[in-house]
Amino acid sequence: MRTLHAEWTKFRTVRGWVLGAVGAMLASVLFLLVGTASSNEHPQRATALSAGPGGGAVNDSFYFVHRALSGDGGITVPVTALTGVLADPAGAGTAGGPGGTTSGVTPWSKAGILVKQSLGQGSSYAAMTVTGAHGVRMQDDFTHDRAGLPGSPSTAEPRWLRLVRTGGTVTGYDSTDGERWTEVGTARLPESATTVQVGLFVAAPAAVRASGGGSSSPATATGSFGRVTLSGSWGQAAGGWQGLQVGDDAGTSGSYTPGTSGGWTTTGEGFTVTGAGDIAPVVGGPALGPAFTVETFLVGTFVGLIMLTVVAVQFVTAEYRRGLLGQTLASTPHRGRMLLAKAAVVATVAFAVGAAAAAVSIPLGELRARATHFAVLTVPTAVQTRAVLGTGLLLAATAVLSLALGVVLRRSVTAITAVVAATVLPYLLAFGGMLPSGPAEWLLRLTPAAGFAVQQTLPRYDQVLTVYAPSSGYFPLSPWGGLAVLGVWSALALAAATVLLRRRDA
Amino acid sequence: MSGLHPAGFRRACRAEWTKLHTEAGHGWLMVALVLVTAGVGAAVSANVPCPVAGCGQDQVRLSLAGVSVSQVLAAITAVLLVGGEYGTGLIRTTLVAMPGRGTVLAAKATVLGGAVLAVGSVAVLASVLAGRLLLPGAGYTPAHGYARLSLADGPTLRAAAGSVLYLVLVALLALGIAAAVRDAAVAVGVVLALLYLFPLLGHVVTEPHLQRLLAQLGPMPAGLAIQATANLHHLPIGPWTGLGVLALWAAIALFLGGAILRLRDA
Repeated sequence: MRTLHAEWTKFRTVRGWVLGAVGAMLASVLFLLVGTASSNEHPQRATALSAGPGGGAVNDSFYFVHRALSGDGGITVPVTALTGVLADPAGAGTAGGPGGTTSGVTPWSKAGILVKQSLGQGSSYAAMTVTGAHGVRMQDDFTHDRAGLPGSPSTAEPRWLRLVRTGGTVTGYDSTDGERWTEVGTARLPESATTVQVGLFVAAPAAVRASGGGSSSPATATGSFGRVTLSGSWGQAAGGWQGLQVGDDAGTSGSYTPGTSGGWTTTGEGFTVTGAGDIAPVVGGPALGPAFTVETFLVGTFVGLIMLTVVAVQFVTAEYRRGLLGQTLASTPHRGRMLLAKAAVVATVAFAVGAAAAAVSIPLGELRARATHFAVLTVPTAVQTRAVLGTGLLLAATAVLSLALGVVLRRSVTAITAVVAATVLPYLLAFGGMLPSGPAEWLLRLTPAAGFAVQQTLPRYDQVLTVYAPSSGYFPLSPWGGLAVLGVWSALALAAATVLLRRRDA
Repeated sequence: MSGLHPAGFRRACRAEWTKLHTEAGHGWLMVALVLVTAGVGAAVSANVPCPVAGCGQDQVRLSLAGVSVSQVLAAITAVLLVGGEYGTGLIRTTLVAMPGRGTVLAAKATVLGGAVLAVGSVAVLASVLAGRLLLPGAGYTPAHGYARLSLADGPTLRAAAGSVLYLVLVALLALGIAAAVRDAAVAVGVVLALLYLFPLLGHVVTEPHLQRLLAQLGPMPAGLAIQATANLHHLPIGPWTGLGVLALWAAIALFLGGAILRLRDA
């Protein structure tokens, strides 16, 4: 305890170090201001992305043939086909024209039934749907996805879907014949929603190509439904069914292919519905477009990291240079304990600097983005808190790594360069776009740069396609997994430093 | 505070050269510079595939990728050359022996520049050789539209020679900063920040205009434009103009370093 106090006193009484730590925090925030600077000329005012019930940004754009249901009730319908139109990738965006299309469905195109809290984007929902390549799914509140029957529907072999609402619970069933039903799952809707919107929907997320840096092109899907059977207390409005394009176009998940638009027709007893867009959480990659993510607001971490590395290395090398180490070791003969005390001091300071800078940077960045009309991908509060605390831990681990390398190399210049080159350089190389995703991912798995994964707030969902590669901002490791890799590096360096400090003369 | 006397300058250069080549650390840094440049270049050349014709890769840039890593070694050498003297107090002896402070810095710059030029040439030649041997195996073949890497090719020669100059200029930039900042640790922090922060910011900025500006102003992205041999007119900055930007940075840093060296007590 006394050792810890002694080391803390050393740290806080050297003006340069305190200035360095405080400066690291200020510089991080300043760097963010430069990074989000904009000449205010964003061409199309980005519409705010709607947030789902969980707080995360979502796509909620689809074609909906709906009617109101008050109280309990159910809907049952067979789906006989899901077809679609894809924009010709070569003509995407530029050439246009109705000619530039081919037929086909994207793997997560959807045609099914939906119980939704309201017609507002981002409201709570439960859906049973046929998909392009993933069989029948039950999805609810954007992030939940369960598998039902496999395979695609056809007229001979339709897929029967059923949703039943009882109080706040919605239960999904599927069947191949409309007689023997299997329960796929249940979802909860808010108790406050007495009148909900129920009906048929079609959505088609954009086609994504992983090669060539990743790009996306529009897709449209058409679902063929058989006779709809309703049970329960339905509003007796004239005509009953109403068609609606939820969301102006198709959100960030693409748009209608040239020459198509959303709509519905009745065919005999059934319906044909055409739609585009997606009901899903927003992820990164080519589909994201010009929007800021929370991790972009944490770019200042790099400045803080470089400054704290300088401070942490000097915290020990200054003792070598000034010969103070001899005295320190005379008063604290247990060398390992001295090193641990130093590590605790720099780690605490670095954590405080990192967490404080991140806590200021995120709201500040959001403010700046709004002022320049850029959309921001909101994330649940828990994820944001993880990114803030994670930034603190990231800097703490880097500071310990710096301190330990300072002991091992004894030369401050070499130690600082080693730490910065090991953390920042792999990040630059991996995200710089020169390396293909294979080597880039290995860099982010093995080097201390893996620790930056803790700042990742872009989620990865199996039911949403994008390019989950470093080129679109995805780390190969999970947030805590990546931080653990950095932690292992720090621990190894600290162990090496302890051994060397015992063996060598000061 | 005199100007540069030819005889005095030559003596100063000899003194700096003695310091440079007798310190063991500098020798290892120079060896590491060659190994890292060629090693990283070879690893990238062998691992970035070109599976089809028109894969859009710049094979010259790939083979010289090691420079973006090894530049830190040139920077360390430069910082130690000045910062090391402040750390040990040798700088006072140096300045007593050679009162012309401008001469001291000029001599350091000359010796350092010459050393990095020589070692950098070896490093870049080794990278080009490694690329020549490894790139065809990764798919950079005539069938895919790539001639064998050769210095007889004009743009390749420019990229290779420019990469050597890039290393020299990064060393001079670091030397100037070290003379201005004096504390070796802080100096290396400033150099690394200056090199890396521009490209890092480039990743984040969504504004295309600003993104381009960052690539034009940053010493690292602008200077490395000298390695480009493909899609030249799509680059934010031309090869020689880019290297010129880096040279400007180095000149400003040296000027600042020289001015601070003159004005302040050692």
